Amino acid sequence: MSQDILVTGKPGKPGKPGKAAGGDFGRLGDRRKYIPVLATASLLVAMFTVGGIRYEGFASGQVVLNVFIDNAFLLVVAVGMTFVILTGGIDLSVGSVVALSTMISASLVTGQGWPPLLVIPLVLLIGAVLGFVMGCMIHYFEIQPFIVTLAGMFLARGLCYTIGTDSIPITDETYTALAQARIDLPGDMFVSPSVVIALAVVAVAAYVLHYTRLGRNVYATGGSEQSALLMGLPVARTKIAVYTVSGFCSALGGVLLSLYMLSGYGLHAVGMELDAIAAVVIGGTLLTGGSGYLLGTVLGVLVLGLIQTVISFEGTLSSWWTKIFIGLLLFVFILLQRLISARRT
Amino acid sequence: MAAPAPILQMSGICKEFPGVKALTGVDFRLLPGEVHALMGENGAGKSTLIKVLTGVHEIDAGQITLGRTPVAFGSPLQAQQAGISTVYQEVNLCPNLSVAENVFIGREPRRLGRIRWKEMRHRAAGLLARLDIHLDVSAPLSSYSLAIQQMVAIARAVDISARVLILDEPTSSLDAGEVAQLFRVMRRLKDEGIAILFVSHFLDQVYEIADRMTVLRNGRLVGEYLTSELSQVELVGKMIGRELADLEELDDKPKELAEVERSRPFVEARGLGRPGSVEPFTLTIHEGEVVGLAGLLGSGRTEVARLLFGADHAATGELSVGGAPATLRTPRVAMTHGIAFCSENRRAEGLIPDLTVRENIVLALQATRGWSRPIPRRRQDELVARYIEALKISPANPEHLVKNLSGGNQQKVLLARWLILEPRLLILDEPTRGIDVGAKAEIQRLVASLADGGMAVLFISAELEEVLRLSHKVGVLRDRRLVAELPNDDDLTTGVLMETIASGGRA
Ligand SMILES: Nc1ncnc2c1ncn2[C@@H]1O[C@H](COP(=O)(O)OP(=O)(O)OP(=O)(O)O)[C@@H](O)[C@H]1O
Ligand SMILES: [Mg+2]
Repeated sequence: MSQDILVTGKPGKPGKPGKAAGGDFGRLGDRRKYIPVLATASLLVAMFTVGGIRYEGFASGQVVLNVFIDNAFLLVVAVGMTFVILTGGIDLSVGSVVALSTMISASLVTGQGWPPLLVIPLVLLIGAVLGFVMGCMIHYFEIQPFIVTLAGMFLARGLCYTIGTDSIPITDETYTALAQARIDLPGDMFVSPSVVIALAVVAVAAYVLHYTRLGRNVYATGGSEQSALLMGLPVARTKIAVYTVSGFCSALGGVLLSLYMLSGYGLHAVGMELDAIAAVVIGGTLLTGGSGYLLGTVLGVLVLGLIQTVISFEGTLSSWWTKIFIGLLLFVFILLQRLISARRT
Repeated sequence: MAAPAPILQMSGICKEFPGVKALTGVDFRLLPGEVHALMGENGAGKSTLIKVLTGVHEIDAGQITLGRTPVAFGSPLQAQQAGISTVYQEVNLCPNLSVAENVFIGREPRRLGRIRWKEMRHRAAGLLARLDIHLDVSAPLSSYSLAIQQMVAIARAVDISARVLILDEPTSSLDAGEVAQLFRVMRRLKDEGIAILFVSHFLDQVYEIADRMTVLRNGRLVGEYLTSELSQVELVGKMIGRELADLEELDDKPKELAEVERSRPFVEARGLGRPGSVEPFTLTIHEGEVVGLAGLLGSGRTEVARLLFGADHAATGELSVGGAPATLRTPRVAMTHGIAFCSENRRAEGLIPDLTVRENIVLALQATRGWSRPIPRRRQDELVARYIEALKISPANPEHLVKNLSGGNQQKVLLARWLILEPRLLILDEPTRGIDVGAKAEIQRLVASLADGGMAVLFISAELEEVLRLSHKVGVLRDRRLVAELPNDDDLTTGVLMETIASGGRA
């Protein structure tokens, strides 16, 4: 019997014996990991095309930019969520942390007259610390992320009401100036500073995920935590880091939301954690961890935003249809994930 | 030849688990540039010795010296940093990452904190080429066979620290070609001066690769021998503590094929197939007949079994069970037809580590009765005691937690779970993997006697001798096709089987 059956074990060479089941799909396997992202991208293009044909004034660059403007805070929150889900975890506290951040910002700026330049870093620090503490609980006490962040969700939401039960308007000059600022783009289009901040966050996060050890450890932990441990990777540090990142992103999302709303309120961002999770999943990241791209998350947020735009263009549909469409999409994409991972094994 | 100074020396090692003395005063040494086999029955303490060496467990007494310095590792990571790397039977890498990343993760080449992917791929390819493995390192690890994954694990281990490499049952899920390749890699590493500690239950493999061996029995050292100076029979005698004679061979060859084929066919598959899994095949298994399946890993052996058990759906063909046409939509349906499937994958499918031996054994039986009719405890104890005895599960304590059993004994518990069902067709996929010689013979004897009692058996094994010893006829698979069905007569030898596997039955 020839001994070098396996020596050139290139994946996907058909007809060679001595390969484990699934080896034959190897080549496809390389490309298959992009399928979810591609599916989201095509969905987005399809929605935009259909919208452009159906509604007048839909097919313009500004419509897309408005989606960014209206969802910049969601995008930032979803970036943090992507980190968490890539490790195989979940963070339910993000919506509440967003609300708490708007509340702290508003009460300090409006109520105490603190300068925004002091308030914003403080808010970001609080968000990161909250995430850090949850990460520690999850790792060191081996508690389900679901439970820990659920507790975090109640806690942060409750803290909002200890600050105040009513909406606090923000009238500070820096805030209003920032909120009304437009960054003009060629072709009569514009974006808000929030969009620039959100895209910067995306860029930094994508770099971290792809080009740094922390990022690769995130993927490794999500792929197999047990193996990551045995390979000597700092699993504890990685897990705590992703919740800290998520906390930080939530706080930043809160800052952006307070710019968007010019107020702080305990009922802001109710259910945003679910929007963020939906965006990440529609963007093709596996809920079991270890597979997904930040680009997908960006596309996922755009899909969610575009659904809202379509419904507002339609005019006659109530906004609850947004939820129905998101629900349906989630089903479809989770099925798609199932199919892909079923093929893989 | 003057023996060089040992690179690793363990002396007087003792380790006790609650209720079990796993190691008592064991001495062990490892010379640079040798392959050293650690031999012993299931539960002899091989894995435990490795675990205390690599810092998974603490030792109760004794001393470990690496080079000239005494060491005590707190974790496998520390051991690795000191130059001792372990590759386990279950590959501990991340299947979602690329091959290159799996080799380098945690140690990626970087500039200013930025990972240099190109250099990483280049270095990974070079490292694997040194071991004579040429593959696309940017493909995800999951797209390669288990054997390749294992070699990637070895490449990683060797690249991190190249003094002592420990391989605990690395070959148990590899086929002959893959084992040959692994051995080539091992020889290459040995020539580079790396000391390799190797555990395997395949005596032929041990004799092929090992220079020296240490035998353990019941947690005690029996002795250290040069492979060239100890015959296989003597070795087995040392491992089990008595002469092999009484379990040497099954007394006689199985009954004539013609005779079993006179009995009623139990399962008849005609043109049964499923695209991408196995091409249409026709196979009849009679009552009391043992049908062996031979073929390389990935040739479709397991896939055939899965079709017959309803774990996969057949796309073509028809199946009759017990004379009547049957559609096996789910394993549950197959079980009601009296078909049981003991899978090769004990970790993923089956054993619940935190339950006791008894609970694990009665699980399937209870499931077939439904949970509303619990099996009386007396009956459970009886049944379990019988199978613990028959399979020599050790320790013979039904209330022991399964996670605390040695690997081979876990395998036996899984086997017991299916045997207890007294199925009419028993599908055994690699039932003796990881099981020591003595127990292997027991299991073979058990299968033979079950078949004598009228049970049909489909027996899948990578060990051709074993297939030949038990089967009335042997189906040979190649490239997901059943290429030959050979009656097990005097002309059928392992050589013939190998040839059929290699030529695809055309020769
Ligand atoms: N964590 C543990 N707790 C309690 N007992 C244990 C534990 N680990 C191993 N043992 C016991 O120690 C003994 C030696 O087990 P070990 O795993 O070292 O055997 P082995 O030689 O590797 O066997 P095999 O060939 O089956 O893998 C066995 O009796 C086993 O039940
Ligand atoms: Mg073992």
